Amino acid sequence: MSSSPGQSLSTAPTQGPVSARVETPFQRFAAAFLEDRVAVAGLALLAFIILSSLIAPWITPQNPYDLTRVDLLDSRMPPGSQTMEGFTAWLGTDGVGRDLYSGILYGLRISLVVGVVSGLIAATLGMSIGLISAYVGGKLDTFIMRLVDLQLSLPSILVALILVAALGKGVDKIIIALIVVQWAYYARTVRGTALVERNKEYVDAARALGLSKSRIIFRHILPNCLAPVIVVLTVQTAHAISLEATLSFLGVGLPQTEPSLGVLIANGFQYMLSDRYWISFFPGVALLLTIVAINLVGDRIRDVLNPRLEK
Amino acid sequence: MLSYFFRRFGQAIFVILAMIVLVFFGVNVVGDPIWMLISPEMDQQAIAATAAALGLDKPIGEQFFFFIKGLFQGDLGRSFVHGEPAILLILGRMGATMELAIAALLMAIIIGLPLGMYAGLHPDRRASRTIMAGSILGFSLPTFWVGLMLIMIFSVMIGWLPASGRGPTDTVLGIQTSLLSLEGWRHIALPALNLALLKISLMIRLARSGTREAMSMDYVKFARAKGLKESVIIRVHILKNILIPIVTVLGLEFGSLVAFSVVTETIFSWPGMGKLLLEAIQRLDRPVIVAYVMVVVVLFVFINLIIDILYSVLDPRVRLTEAKA
Repeated sequence: MSSSPGQSLSTAPTQGPVSARVETPFQRFAAAFLEDRVAVAGLALLAFIILSSLIAPWITPQNPYDLTRVDLLDSRMPPGSQTMEGFTAWLGTDGVGRDLYSGILYGLRISLVVGVVSGLIAATLGMSIGLISAYVGGKLDTFIMRLVDLQLSLPSILVALILVAALGKGVDKIIIALIVVQWAYYARTVRGTALVERNKEYVDAARALGLSKSRIIFRHILPNCLAPVIVVLTVQTAHAISLEATLSFLGVGLPQTEPSLGVLIANGFQYMLSDRYWISFFPGVALLLTIVAINLVGDRIRDVLNPRLEK
Repeated sequence: MLSYFFRRFGQAIFVILAMIVLVFFGVNVVGDPIWMLISPEMDQQAIAATAAALGLDKPIGEQFFFFIKGLFQGDLGRSFVHGEPAILLILGRMGATMELAIAALLMAIIIGLPLGMYAGLHPDRRASRTIMAGSILGFSLPTFWVGLMLIMIFSVMIGWLPASGRGPTDTVLGIQTSLLSLEGWRHIALPALNLALLKISLMIRLARSGTREAMSMDYVKFARAKGLKESVIIRVHILKNILIPIVTVLGLEFGSLVAFSVVTETIFSWPGMGKLLLEAIQRLDRPVIVAYVMVVVVLFVFINLIIDILYSVLDPRVRLTEAKA
């Protein structure tokens, strides 16, 4: 309430003739985001990682799934070796002769897809449940929130392990497990925000206009709950990628036919003690950079969207 | 107070019951474990006999009834693979896991608390920024990969510490422990550090924000005005006050240490119950999976219960809001 009307965006359109310099909420958000150099570096790194995984087939010397291009004679070569296929394996090769640099970029694709897809579905599901819980209230609300409390009191790795024990291996099953692990965070976040929004005047106004319940929930309340959801989404995506890697490393996640970064690291584990560090080391660095980049971006988004920190 | 205790206790029992039902039906919809246990040469009759011996031929409702009946007799079924009672297998491995989790918890306090307080006392120093950046890294590092790196650096490259196993154990008061010999400490150092890493980061953040908050309080300013020594202020006025939330959070995190020990135990071949769980998952050894989950859930629920009660004893405000609700 401390901001003067000229600066406040919500009142700006009512000011009559507005100057050309009115910012959209996104522009304002982007400008605030770019003020932090570390976060910009994180965003650049993240963009670089995503882009290179997308164009992997054009910037790697080898398709690691194409068995005709993989030579067993090339296995376990240290970084910088010349392969039988005629290219230089700058990051070395793994136990069956695959180029690690190529393997990492292709593996990144799987890790990112699993993390992002599970995150988006969990966000949609969790948001819907949280909104309904907040708007309907009563017994349903109590029941859903008890369920959320129960699940959040157990560590995610434990829930995920039980789920993969029940579901088995495979990309679809890991995604299901990750959705179940994550939905509760979104449900709780959205419910908290929606409870506050529900009592605001614009909702009363919408109700007075005779709009339907679902329209009020999804068109009026939902857009105002999105800020915290975006924050949770970034944090949870990093968490999901890490969790998938952990499960795959333990041998209960993705199968060998879908070599995510976790599978690559697991494959290198057996060579660790014989000093062939690179097979596990480089995929791990890629995983770490991805998670750090997402966390840096997420931290900044949280600071920018937090109204209490506004200058 | 007493009614609060009973209500919390009732909730705890309800959570355990709900988990029993969820886990039993969850685990028992998985593929047919019979295919893991028979050899391909077995004929139909032998397969049926194996299934009957394990009770797998009965409808799931009946299996659940027998499971509940067994539960009240302290029997969670026999391991399909080991042929021993599942609960005994788990409890037999529990000591090693607890030892690891406690060592990790102590490590988190010994390393994390001083670093966090330092960062809170001098927020603008370069060292504090390094500590905080380190804690972000600690949150981002995947536990299993750090474990591999620890092995690579300390076992393979420098060769200081062993990479696997628990080392020799001594028996004290019926509990096996490896903390009594130097060799045992050498074995636990890497796995405990690996497991502690996340909690060290958490500890740093908690201690820092707690310290900063306490520093701005009137009683600290007053202590300064009285001319007390800085060391006394830190010890008496700050440390004591930030300990309540820290003890609470660490208590809650103990459960997550036990859960995450699945990863650490696998990497360092630590013979705890987490490693047992992973083997059970890979072999579809249902009774062991269910027994593990039951033991961990009971552990969790009771840790939470004890902390809640301790907290309401320590902080009267919690009790009052609960009573009103």
